[in-house]
Amino acid sequence: MPLDLFTVGDPIADTKAPTDVPIGERWSERKFRGRLVNPANRRKMTVIVVGTGLAGGSAAATLGEAGYKVKSFWYQDSPRRAHSVAAQGGINAAKNYRNDGDSVHRLFYDTVKGGDFRSRENNVHRLAEVSVNIIDQCVAQGVPFAREYGGLLDNRSFGGTQVSRTFYARGQTGQQLLYGAYQALERQMAAGNVEQHSRTEMLDLIVVDGRARGIVARDLVTGEISTHYADAVVLATGGYGNVFYLSTNAKGSNATAIWRAHKRGAYFANPCYTQIHPTCIPVHGEYQSKLTLMSESLRNDGRVWVPKERGDTRDPRDIPEDERDYYLERIYPSFGNLVPRDIASRQAKNVCDEGRGVGPNGLGVYLDFAEAIERLGRPAVEAKYGNLFDMYAQITGEDPYRTPMRIYPAVHYTMGGLWVDYDLQSTIPGMFVIGEANFSDHGANRLGASALMQGLADGYFVLPATITEYLADGPFEKIGDSHPAAVEAVQGVQAQIQKLLNINGTRSVASFHRELGKLMWDLCGMERSEESLRKALDRIPEIRQEFWTNVKVVGDWHSFNQNLEQAGRVADFIELAELMCVDALHRNESCGGHFRAESQTPEGEALRDDENFAYVAAWEWTPEGAPPVLHREDLEYEYVHLAQRSYK
Amino acid sequence: MRLTLRIWRQKDPSVKGTMVTYKLDDISPDMSFLEMLDVLNERLIMDGDDPVAFDHDCREGICGMCGVMINGKAHGGEHTTTCQLHMRSFKDGDTIDVEPWRASPFPVIKDLAVDRRAFDRIIQAGGYISVPTGTAPEAHSTPVPKKDSDAAFDAATCIGCGACVAACPNASSMLFTAAKVTHLGLLPQGQPERYDRVVNMVTQQDLEGFGGCTNIGECSASCPKGISMETISRLNHDLLGALRAGVKPKS
Ligand SMILES: Cc1cc2nc3c(=O)[nH]c(=O)nc-3n(C[C@H](O)[C@H](O)[C@H](O)COP(=O)(O)OP(=O)(O)OC[C@H]3O[C@@H](n4cnc5c(N)ncnc54)[C@H](O)[C@@H]3O)c2cc1C
Ligand code: SF4
Ligand code: FES
Repeated sequence: MPLDLFTVGDPIADTKAPTDVPIGERWSERKFRGRLVNPANRRKMTVIVVGTGLAGGSAAATLGEAGYKVKSFWYQDSPRRAHSVAAQGGINAAKNYRNDGDSVHRLFYDTVKGGDFRSRENNVHRLAEVSVNIIDQCVAQGVPFAREYGGLLDNRSFGGTQVSRTFYARGQTGQQLLYGAYQALERQMAAGNVEQHSRTEMLDLIVVDGRARGIVARDLVTGEISTHYADAVVLATGGYGNVFYLSTNAKGSNATAIWRAHKRGAYFANPCYTQIHPTCIPVHGEYQSKLTLMSESLRNDGRVWVPKERGDTRDPRDIPEDERDYYLERIYPSFGNLVPRDIASRQAKNVCDEGRGVGPNGLGVYLDFAEAIERLGRPAVEAKYGNLFDMYAQITGEDPYRTPMRIYPAVHYTMGGLWVDYDLQSTIPGMFVIGEANFSDHGANRLGASALMQGLADGYFVLPATITEYLADGPFEKIGDSHPAAVEAVQGVQAQIQKLLNINGTRSVASFHRELGKLMWDLCGMERSEESLRKALDRIPEIRQEFWTNVKVVGDWHSFNQNLEQAGRVADFIELAELMCVDALHRNESCGGHFRAESQTPEGEALRDDENFAYVAAWEWTPEGAPPVLHREDLEYEYVHLAQRSYK
Repeated sequence: MRLTLRIWRQKDPSVKGTMVTYKLDDISPDMSFLEMLDVLNERLIMDGDDPVAFDHDCREGICGMCGVMINGKAHGGEHTTTCQLHMRSFKDGDTIDVEPWRASPFPVIKDLAVDRRAFDRIIQAGGYISVPTGTAPEAHSTPVPKKDSDAAFDAATCIGCGACVAACPNASSMLFTAAKVTHLGLLPQGQPERYDRVVNMVTQQDLEGFGGCTNIGECSASCPKGISMETISRLNHDLLGALRAGVKPKS
């Protein structure tokens, strides 16, 4: 192990899950043992919730309803725009409405296995238990899930499972779930229980005597920098996939909140675990600003293939059946097109590396609906996937009803995030992290339709139940702007902004972001090796150095300045990228979405090294110049047997 | 492609704005409209000028954050969002006018970005079903006819972009409000609050200063999500029912 890049600190452990009772009872037991806060005291306590996606929106609404004073922050104009809105495919729940052998235990098992045995059993089991309540809650809120003619809810299948447990609302499931949470949140705002801070970006965490007590934020319209205090702070700011510049995230998706909290002492867990989604619209030009996902649900009916011969440039419709390679069906006969994402992505890369990729730059594979259209008829296909087909046509100018879609993997989701215990509390007491921003439930690979489940589980059910144990010691001593911790945080934020504006160099923020993204995709993307990561680690500090001496940011900070917003975010991405590479380099095994070229089976599948790496890597930040400190949390498997994943 | 852009520039709400002309060559027809604006902005930044402020986030037609008037049409008039509009819809040599939504309840923040929080306040007035977390009955206890659930979904796809308001000569927010009233009103879960909801939401949109609906239909014609005028009929029907039943807006 390259010890020059990090040092090893004390191991870390989750001490909150009651492991003295069987796994199926741990969540109820935790809720029973945790202290409560009586309604009169709740009114005396303030909770800051940063983020209004599925996780933050549902948490803020639920806490507001419970009687806490909630302050809600988000960077867009309306809470309804959080990037959860873009989730297409669906949300899992162990309802077993299909009577196909599903159960809480099976969802638990599938998720641990799908995560390639790098997640915590206790958390995943709880997620599976709570999943059923989510569907009930959402239906009651009026989420218009797809239904069958009898009026009952419909389900579809997603990758990595052999049951049908995914609930969906055409190709807009995230939108509909988010509007459910958004409406609940707006109701609490109207009731005066939740204070609203739209277009407000969190730029630092205020820590007093070791506890998270507030945030420093910037009003993106007026530029005003303000402080906000609370008894607890909840971060629900989403994932950091935009490190790669091109991803399926929103343009504004950022790591700023979690990264700055990391610099205040919150450990960052498994930063190298990123998910590359197999079905996205391929890159088409230099100026491209983002990538668009085509939902995994399409793999229910679409068949993935490339020509058998390399360099075959015929129109796909002219390529006869026996000259096509339906490679997923060939290699994985029992899961076929529905293998988990990491596997589907890597195989797409493999066939393209062999020179059998399709499209202008050879970086694409076909996703073909001809057979489905013939079997089900066009109207049925339209009803299931209409909006996705339209989106594809709009972006590419091609008609997927007539010619196969071209798809290629793209960065989509980050399994890594701030370390949290079973209560979802970070290593900074009083700071909780929920949704994609934490690392908790998906191990080294997330199964489709499980992020929506996790976000809503965290926000509606888990956090509101666990935060009471912490708040039972509150309310905490009042602090104000004159407190040294607040003064220091505000000055730090102001100084950084001023520095960015003063550089006045010769390169745009976007050019740095593009360079960083390309480097990360090439060297820390679908496949990583010691060599590639070392190269990245040589280059990233140079990019950082150049950024801080040669970036050009225009305007001032007392006004609406999108260039400045972007600059702050890119500065954080550069630092986070470095930690991702250190993590990827230290984890000398392949697991899930983390594929190290040095560690594969003879068939080219990810080869784990359980003896040495069955742990969560929780990184502690150290000031520039000192390498980060690794704290290991050992993973123990009591209920699921550690095994080589097989989807053959 | 070579293009001439005429873009509304307004530093902040306190000053008057004007149209400013920019020339671009080297635009690819495969670019999205916003990528074309990115190219312009990168050039402005390198020249030390203030880039054009515009709202956007998902860039895939679902968050509702983007939205500008393009040649006088909301989102460019192609039944899609501004971010999903591609330059192949324009011709080499075109002159393109780009302006913000124009409606007094949506004040300009800067250049092309406007403040649409009035929409959130309309939702706050009643665009929800009151169901505290953890109190919901088993999801299958109430079957919903597929036809109703599909129609509710269609209305629920409104992304709150505001194009309907911008397109309407009266700056009415009726289509937006009607979409929510229809979504929730078609579901059994939405029945208990149905009349209160419509009365309170309509009252709020009046308070925000949106204009009245005179059934012109420009809203639906500009809506990227195809929200239909039928939703407005449903709203009116519910409103009438509510008034007959003597439902009063909450203060
Ligand atoms: C295109 C796409 C499709 C997907 N499809 C599926 C699917 O079908 N099924 C599934 O299970 N999962 C899916 N996912 C994953 C899933 O949607 C996300 O993981 C999940 O929605 C994240 O929710 P969240 O609440 O954690 O964060 P988000 O929804 O990203 O919300 C983040 C919130 O934080 C705020 N914020 C961020 N930074 C700051 C800051 N510095 N200051 C203040 N506020 C801030 C934002 O304003 C926003 O409100 C998909 C993801 C993408 C990108
Ligand atoms: S009704 Fe249509 S145009 Fe109006 S806000 Fe909704 S999606 Fe936009
Ligand atoms: S940017 Fe999200 S709809 Fe256009």
